[in-house]
Amino acid sequence: MSTISETKTLDAQGLKCPMPIVKAKKELDTLSAGEILKVVATDKGSVLDFQGWAKTAKTAKLLDQETVSEGGRELYVHYIERV
Amino acid sequence: MTDMTAVPADLNALKDLLAGLDRRMSALEATMESELSAIKEQLPEDKAAIIVFSGDLDKMIAAHIIATGAATMGLETTLFFTFWGLNALKERRSLEGKNLAERMMALMTPTGSKELHPSQMAFMGAGAAMLRQMMKQKDVASLEDLMALAKEMGVRTVACEMSMEVMGVRHEELREGVELGGVASFLAEASKARVSLFI
Repeated sequence: MSTISETKTLDAQGLKCPMPIVKAKKELDTLSAGEILKVVATDKGSVLDFQGWAKTAKTAKLLDQETVSEGGRELYVHYIERV
Repeated sequence: MTDMTAVPADLNALKDLLAGLDRRMSALEATMESELSAIKEQLPEDKAAIIVFSGDLDKMIAAHIIATGAATMGLETTLFFTFWGLNALKERRSLEGKNLAERMMALMTPTGSKELHPSQMAFMGAGAAMLRQMMKQKDVASLEDLMALAKEMGVRTVACEMSMEVMGVRHEELREGVELGGVASFLAEASKARVSLFI
């Protein structure tokens, strides 16, 4: 489990490409610099997507990613800092 | 070139030497500055320019997924609709003031995104319904959702005026917020874009 303490959590479960990053961007825009958004997704592609997004977008820094098994399914959790 | 190794005979000679150096420095700075700004002019910016030529449902979905993704990544994104792609922008069908060929074209082409067919397995309309149903089941955003999202995220929509003319599509048939442009408006964006696609 990650020790990062998030400012806000976005439930992106069930969302498919491109919605997890689209919703995450919207949420991130409401945060101030240094605040952290935690995104919980079920889309496996979101792992690479969040990496790619953070690489290009100037306002997002990917701090950590983890995969959690919960109730027989995988959750992909991403921690993004607003830059 | 000033001989830097020669020791100046007196103070005035030293002054002249410094003045000469100063002039050369300024000239060098000016050259550097103009060359740098010329190079900067050539560098791409955080932009994406996408041509939407196809009016196929599947390709239209792909174009809008890429456009909304690009906007999310901070790219200033423009979609250029041309030829069959224009059908997705239509909101109403008007036959007024159109010649026979234009009227036929208007009647035989889709009016709006909801009437588009996929590039494969169209099955007289059943293919579109099937594809939409399959996407819905898998919680993928619909084309209409993606189009609304693109608009909300500030993705620019430009319709190619020449192809509108050819196909007999009128500006008033298109939805609100569509700009008109030509090849130069696309190239101006594309030559500055990091991502440029033809779909």
